[in-house]
Amino acid sequence: MSTNEATETEAADPLAAIRDVVIIGSGPAGLTAAVYAARANLEPVVVEGVIEGGPTGGQLTLTTDVENYPGFSQGIMGPELILEMRGQAERFGTTFVTEDVVEAEVEQQPIRLTTASGKVIRTRALIVATGAKPRRLEVPGEDELWGAGVSACATCDGFFFRDKHVVVVGGGDSAMEEATFLTKFASKVTVVHRREELRASVIMQERAFKNDKIEFAFNAAVDEILGEGGLLSAVRLRDTVTDEVRDLPADGLFLAIGHIPNTWLFEDVLDTDDEGYLIVDEPTTTTNVPGVFAAGDVMDHTYRQAVTAAGTGCKAAIDAERWLAGAPGIPASGPDAEPETADV
Amino acid sequence: MTATPVTDGDWTSEVLESDKPVLVDFWAEWCGPCKMVSPIVDEIAGEKADELKVVKLNVDENPNTAREYGIMSIPTLLVFKGGAPAKRIVGAKGKAALLADLDEFVS
Repeated sequence: MSTNEATETEAADPLAAIRDVVIIGSGPAGLTAAVYAARANLEPVVVEGVIEGGPTGGQLTLTTDVENYPGFSQGIMGPELILEMRGQAERFGTTFVTEDVVEAEVEQQPIRLTTASGKVIRTRALIVATGAKPRRLEVPGEDELWGAGVSACATCDGFFFRDKHVVVVGGGDSAMEEATFLTKFASKVTVVHRREELRASVIMQERAFKNDKIEFAFNAAVDEILGEGGLLSAVRLRDTVTDEVRDLPADGLFLAIGHIPNTWLFEDVLDTDDEGYLIVDEPTTTTNVPGVFAAGDVMDHTYRQAVTAAGTGCKAAIDAERWLAGAPGIPASGPDAEPETADV
Repeated sequence: MTATPVTDGDWTSEVLESDKPVLVDFWAEWCGPCKMVSPIVDEIAGEKADELKVVKLNVDENPNTAREYGIMSIPTLLVFKGGAPAKRIVGAKGKAALLADLDEFVS
């Protein structure tokens, strides 16, 4: 933005001017994209999200120790890692909007976003880093007992299950992590998994197997969650081989059965795969709509790590920068793409 | 004006014996989603001060009250009217959704 008019408007309200890059999402993907875009002088805006797609800062804010993010030899707490990333993005000139986006009109230039409070943000390039939300079981009793024993956040709610028996549903790394974490409070943790084998990494499995408080129920699916006096009292399990049904008495149930990508803003506009994840033109982060890039868990159902999310966030910022500059190979779009980008 | 801290000790006088309905934010330092809700609760405390008393209870430091009201997940918001819980709101929500949940207590 080099004209005086634009600068004055910007001083009054940074969101009034058409932006170069707006990022939706504030996990490792969104914040890394912001760091790169800010360092490229693109003055990015990050719409952080509050509730709809999960917590501000993303799934890492719901974890405790992160031991596999490079650069921290002693590990780092998830929320702290996110705060550091945010601080880094802020230092280079990122504007943060702590709101949810409720509408995204991306098939036009400039792209137009509307926030929950009615703010309109216009931008040339958009980086979608909206992440994913925990999947629910969708069985009877789940809604009624949500917050009364059913939870998707062990670090938030483990505290309430001191000396109690809790069930963790799932067989991946997050299930092992939740189960191991919950043994700090619970007297017993039963991991319920519908298959015969876990999907979790070897190190996470071993940690769980070695823990005396953790038991396993394999080939078991949750059919129903039962309550008594408004609180969870048992979990109805069905053997996935024999179909035999039994009730496992428990005080809590924690979900760790994977995630659903947050794509509802872009339904029928951005291409998704069979599982609902955004499709990008590998090795870039370009979606099917010019000027729209995707990074992090919303486009990655294979790795889903903080470090891979950060990696794709970096790629998206570089892709957006090149696209804005009309670099060869990445087509500029929209009627005003030419004159607008000449300005950058 | 922000939400006032209450404890197990002053729970009866501050919450149960209040003339106005009381919105209680059950929270803890280690709860990420609580940190999203608390600023919204503080805003509501300021905007609805005439109709609603707004307090917060740290469940770490005040486990008895949390246990008594069956808090199993935080953030949980409870509205007390005439000394008894009248509404339970579980989980983080945006301001508009929260105000909609509270519409029977505030205008």
